Amino acid sequence: MDEQPPQRVRVTGPDRRTARRAPLPRTREIDAATPVGEIYLGSLLREQLRLAVLVLVVLFGVLGSMPLLFHLWPSLGGHRVLGVPVAWWVLGVLAYPFLLALGWFYVRRAERNERDFTALVDASTEEL
Amino acid sequence: MNSAPGIVAVFLVSVTTLAIGTWGLRFSRTTSDFYVASRTVRPALNASAIGGEYLSAASFLGVAGLVLVFGADMLWYPVGWTAGYVVLLVLVAAPLRRSGAYTLPDFAEARTGSRRVRGVCSAMVVGIGWLYLLPQFQGAGVTLAATTGAPQWVGPVVVAVVVLANVSSGGMRSITFVQAFQYWLKLTALLLPAAVLVAVWFGDGRPGAAPVADGAWDLPLADGGAIGLYTTWSLILATFLGTMGLPHVVVRFYTNPDGRAARRTTLFVLALLGLFYLLPPVYAALGRVYAGSLAESGRGDTVVLELPSLMLSGMGADLLTGLVTAGAFAAFLSTSSGLSIAVAGVLSQDVTGRVVRRAGSQVTAFRLGAVLAVVVPAVAALVTPDVAVARVVGLAFAVAASTFAPLLLLGIWWRGLTAAGAVAGLLVGGVGSVTATVWTLADASYSGWVDALLGQPAAWSVPLACLTMVVVSRATRGAMPAHARRFLVRLHTPEAVELDRG
Repeated sequence: MDEQPPQRVRVTGPDRRTARRAPLPRTREIDAATPVGEIYLGSLLREQLRLAVLVLVVLFGVLGSMPLLFHLWPSLGGHRVLGVPVAWWVLGVLAYPFLLALGWFYVRRAERNERDFTALVDASTEEL
Repeated sequence: MNSAPGIVAVFLVSVTTLAIGTWGLRFSRTTSDFYVASRTVRPALNASAIGGEYLSAASFLGVAGLVLVFGADMLWYPVGWTAGYVVLLVLVAAPLRRSGAYTLPDFAEARTGSRRVRGVCSAMVVGIGWLYLLPQFQGAGVTLAATTGAPQWVGPVVVAVVVLANVSSGGMRSITFVQAFQYWLKLTALLLPAAVLVAVWFGDGRPGAAPVADGAWDLPLADGGAIGLYTTWSLILATFLGTMGLPHVVVRFYTNPDGRAARRTTLFVLALLGLFYLLPPVYAALGRVYAGSLAESGRGDTVVLELPSLMLSGMGADLLTGLVTAGAFAAFLSTSSGLSIAVAGVLSQDVTGRVVRRAGSQVTAFRLGAVLAVVVPAVAALVTPDVAVARVVGLAFAVAASTFAPLLLLGIWWRGLTAAGAVAGLLVGGVGSVTATVWTLADASYSGWVDALLGQPAAWSVPLACLTMVVVSRATRGAMPAHARRFLVRLHTPEAVELDRG
């Protein structure tokens, strides 16, 4: 056994008052437009805008290039699949499932972005 | 011609519409019910209502006629009218619902904090609404004349009376049920006859159409080389962006419970429209085989109505003719109802609401607005029987794309938009697109590029309006509304998060 007893250490719990006060709930950060709040809000806006631009680029890219294709290669108009000209398949039939799929993709991603945002700003009070 | 099926069909559609409208009246008690059905309409019902409202005479009769006469480049109309909802979905749907405003002018005022912007928007809603109502009334006259032999004025009067009765009695709540019913009626009225007629075509040994000399009918591109390319692209832009700026479409988004429901509603709409638009090209293709004379005599618009009696005879022809007539009439009624609601909502807030000032008189103001909304274009349709119908609808789309589309895009996604910028952009886009199309209507001479640029103005008027809004907003950046940031918070954050939304 050591002669010297171990040095006495003072053990205390975390200071509750300061801990409770320190970080604002993240929703209040947004309300008060603090720099942190701006980052939270900006991240949601940027994600949603990036998603919207992605969908629009695909939409205008795919459909907008059709007139150019047929302008450059008019012989495409003569091609037939199952007796129906190719342009009719593309614009009369395939365009609609394409638009629906694009919309479905957007709704899933947009709702996920919002869930992430909700989790981010609501998490604050319990975690910190 | 046997006029009985047409008369029976019109009578049944009118009576059913009134009956459903009256049934909906039992739920319609408050001002909020009148304007936005108290924001409780579920996505599936709301999407049927949007589909019912959106598929106008232009979709039910016009697309088949245009494709029959001009060929595959006209397929861009239905594709554009559907793709418009994708653009609306990704840029506008949820934020617009979350803005909490009743109408487009409400949104404009809430965003910019300016009564002036509101005034300009109100005038434009009424203008676009009346422009769009006029061809509906005229189409009704043409349809009744073609299927029952009635004088030209009967159609506009019947539609005006039924719409007025419905709109002024129940407002948005009762209209929602009526519109939803009419989508499914229109789909059935196009689907069943198409199935029968295709079967008849198979029975006839699948005859082919007379071959077209240059194959232009199968090209999805307007004539004229580079000019054709410009015209097609400009049409694509106008239809893709015009949808979000049509007042009767936008007003429906306020009836969703929340932003998430607004998105899901739009997704349903995409499915419903896609289903419907598969059918008109079938009529056009069959018309190519059986009704070549219609295209040559310039009566392409009646191909849907006349094809059953051209391919069949007796009882079957009568039944199918009655069905397509019912669908066409439902198209006039539902689109006119939706437009009247939108116009009446704006008129009652900004015009008749100031005349009728007694407490609790909002419903009276709305009814007065509805009368104005319906009577003005109905009288115009009676006085000017031969305005080019398709051109007028095209004008409405181009004007909507050049005015409300930039306002919504920048207002929702850019906090720098100022009141001065909004007014300047609205005026530049509106004046540009209206002048261009009026010029074309007045002077039909064909002069190459000038004609193309004025006939399809969207490709230059939309960017010009956006650019004006941005430049003027930057120049007046000191006047940026103080609440702009808080407003963006409201537009883009999910309702469940507890935030200060101003």
